Parts: sequence; structure tokens; C-alpha cells
Amino acid sequence: MRIPCPYCGPRDSSEFAYLGDAAPRRPADGDAAAMATYVYLRDNPAGPMEELWYHAYGCRAWLVVRRDTRDHAVTGARLAAGREASA
Amino acid sequence: MRYSLLSLVSHALGGNRDWKPAWRDAAPQPRYDVIVIGGGGHGLATAYYLARDYGIANVAVLERGWIGGGNVGRNTTIVRSNYLLPGNIPLYELSMQLWEGLERDINYNAMVSQRGVLNLYHSDGQRDAYARRGNAMRLHGIDAELLDREGVRRLYPFLNFDQARFPIQGGLLQRRGGTVRHDAVAWGYARAASDRGVDIVQNCAVTGFLREGDRITGVETTRGTIRAKKVAMAVAGHSSEVAAMAGLRLPIESHVLQAFVSEGLKPIIPGVITFGAGHFYISQSDKGGLVFGGDIDGYNSYAQRGNLPVVEDVCEGGMALMPAIGRARLLRSWGGIMDMSMDGSPIIDRTPLDGLYLNAGWCYGGFKATPGSGAVFAHLLAREEPHPAATALTLDRFAQGRVIDEKGQGAQPNLH
Repeated sequence: MRIPCPYCGPRDSSEFAYLGDAAPRRPADGDAAAMATYVYLRDNPAGPMEELWYHAYGCRAWLVVRRDTRDHAVTGARLAAGREASA
Repeated sequence: MRYSLLSLVSHALGGNRDWKPAWRDAAPQPRYDVIVIGGGGHGLATAYYLARDYGIANVAVLERGWIGGGNVGRNTTIVRSNYLLPGNIPLYELSMQLWEGLERDINYNAMVSQRGVLNLYHSDGQRDAYARRGNAMRLHGIDAELLDREGVRRLYPFLNFDQARFPIQGGLLQRRGGTVRHDAVAWGYARAASDRGVDIVQNCAVTGFLREGDRITGVETTRGTIRAKKVAMAVAGHSSEVAAMAGLRLPIESHVLQAFVSEGLKPIIPGVITFGAGHFYISQSDKGGLVFGGDIDGYNSYAQRGNLPVVEDVCEGGMALMPAIGRARLLRSWGGIMDMSMDGSPIIDRTPLDGLYLNAGWCYGGFKATPGSGAVFAHLLAREEPHPAATALTLDRFAQGRVIDEKGQGAQPNLH
């Protein structure tokens, strides 16, 4: 499995650390139910998914990687920085 | 038909031509008392204990593929009850006790072998943690022995005791732990449940739920609509997918876990050994193959196959533990999809929808829990209250902050 890092080019996935689904957004403080949902509940899709990977043994950038959980095919990666603006 | 020495001899004299199928491959009926989704070990055990303990035999087990084709046939066959936390220990010990009587109970040879499970420790801190776990086990009446380095050497002289980086300092031994032939567990429970009237329906995928308000009243399947008073999910690996059909989101991610078997060798490893400085566990099957595994690959996956970095990592763990393994050739490897829950512990509970029950989140540990999981899930379905051994395994424990986090890793499923 290779991840196309925008800075480093296609690199082996063993250079990256995995965080998980990129969709959950941290809610405002004070809403306990929303916080529990954010921390614990996941869509866990079987199919294309956007997820956060950290290029720990490379440029140390956080990436949003698009990958299919059924066959591990990676179809794109972009920097996670500034993703709120582009989303 | 009951298996016995007499039946074995008489069939042998008849040339073994007149054995009957062990269980009925049923067609689905329009209506049941209970539908169990998932014909894996847990689903079959649930159906069996529903029939045996609660007299509920109007039950269908719906299996998308075939019996024995999922995780019940994809694990490393290890059974043990060496847990730390009070929310987990009673369930796994109940399971261990059911393993001990399983073959007499279901009249089926599951090759239950209590050959001992040894967890090695490699540092002072790890020794203290294992001593604490052993004490927790003994407080619950479970056998546990803390061995020093010489105690381990007497059991397994072939381990690498000269390792400078990860020296073997000792181990925590549960002698009652061991291995069970996984395929036989599926077939044995299928046969025992079928004998008591349970319908085992293969090639029957659930495609949706029948819903009246907040109540689930049955399922839509590839073999038609089936109604039931209660619907029970036991589809670990795919729990999120099935729950999504009912509009539920679960505290679960699906991950791929690989396992490996070497070519057949003469007996070398008498028990089960785990390497504590990495993640590596190994035993030898009665056929001679070394059966071993390690970590999950670490990213969400439904692929039932993993990638090479984890193969390398697992084999490095094996080489660090017992260098002799390097002379054996790898015969096969495969992957299974794990329900990795947010705290590393399972969920056995009702759901927010009436009539829908959940058994999920087994992480690495589903196989050893098979009988206990079935017994407590059957209790929940029949009695509408949790079994005393599974009171903590609720679905709302996450929101309430009562997580059961054996490894203390927090809500990061790939670290459990």
C-alpha cells in the first residue's frame, strides 16, 4: 500500500501513522452527548473513505487520504492543514 | 444421531458410506421467535444455548456465506481467560468453563486441548503488570502462575534466553488455557443446535430490517422476508454495516488481522507462547503446523487480506522469540475482519430499537469467548436482562464513561 504524499511523492504506508476517519469534527465544549458521539461513534464504511494519516517517517505532515476499505486502493491524498477552508 | 465408539466402529465396518450430514441445511420459514444474524461461532452458540437453556428452539441462524467460512475459521484457535478488569474476567472465565465441558455437552470432538498459555515478560515493569493481572485472575478464582526465567526455561528451553534487547525474565502461565479446533466448534454447535430444532440457513444475506416505529419485527434477506419477535446480531467484523441498515452507528471500526501457518513439523511447541516485547503468539496444531499471529494491520479494512509490513513485523517477533522458527517455511497466511471496539472490549446488549439485540466488538478476542458469548447473549434474549457475567458490556458505557479498557489506550481502536 503506497500513499501519494503531496510533498514526498508515493511512499510506503509503513512510513505513516494511522489516526482514522477524517469526517468527525470536534464539537463545542459543554455538549456531552455530541462529544461522546465525536469520540466514540464511527460510520466505519465498507468502501471509499477519507482518513487521517501522519507522515511520521517523512515530511511529518498530516494528510487526508482517500482509500477504499474493501481493497485498500488509495485514490488520493491532500494536506490536512486548511481542510476546513477547502471542505 | 449420537456419536459414540459404537457408532464409529459400526460405520467403519460399513465402509463409512452411510454417515448422515451433521446438521440440516434449512430453508427459511416466514416467521420465528428469534432470528440470529450471523452463522459464525457466536451466532451458532447463541442459538444452541437458547434452545438448551431457555427452551426457545423456534430460532433461525442466518448466514450470508457458509457455516465456518468467517472468523470462526480464521483465528489462531487460542482459548484463555487471563484478563485484568472485572468487567471482562467473568465472561471469559464462564467461557473457559464451558470449553472444559463442551465436547461432552454437544457430543462432538472439538479437540479442546488445555496445553497452557504462557505470556512472557521482558522487563521489571511488565513483570509487575503481569503479577497484577495474575492476582486479579486468582481473586476471581482463575488459575494463574507467575514464572521466573528458570521456570520458563524448564518449560520451553528452546526460546532465545540470550536475547540482549528483549531478555526473557519470566512469564504468566494459565495452565487451563490452550487451543480448540476452530472448525469443529462451528460444526459442533451447528449440529447441536440443529438437533434441537434450530434452522441453520446458509447463503442468506440480510439486506434490511422490518421496522414498525422503534420496533424491529424481522429482516429482509436475499431469500425473502422473515419475521421474528426478536432479532439478534452476531456479525462481528461487519457489525457497523448491519447496524447501519437499522440506522444505528456503533463505537466500532473494522480492521484486518492476519494469521499464519507454517509447513507441518514434528512436535516442538507443547503449549501456547506469547512474546511480550512485541505482539506475537504461537502454538502448534495437532497436524504439526506452527500457527501464529501478531498485530492488526492498523487501518480500517474489510478486505480479509493484509499487507506485507505486518507479515514482516510478525515474523520478526517470531525470530526474536525463537530463532529456530526461521528454518520453517510459511505455508499459508490469511486475514479476518475484526470489530475493533473503542475500548477493546465487546458489547453484548439491547439496542435503542426494541426487538434488536447486539453482540459485537470482539477485537482480537472473539474465538476464545465463543461459548460464553453464546450463553450470555442467549440469556439476554430470553430473560431481557444481562447475564451476571456480562453486566458491564453495555452499549451506553462509552457515553457514560464506563469503558473497559484493558490496555489503557483510549478511543483509538487500532491500538487495542
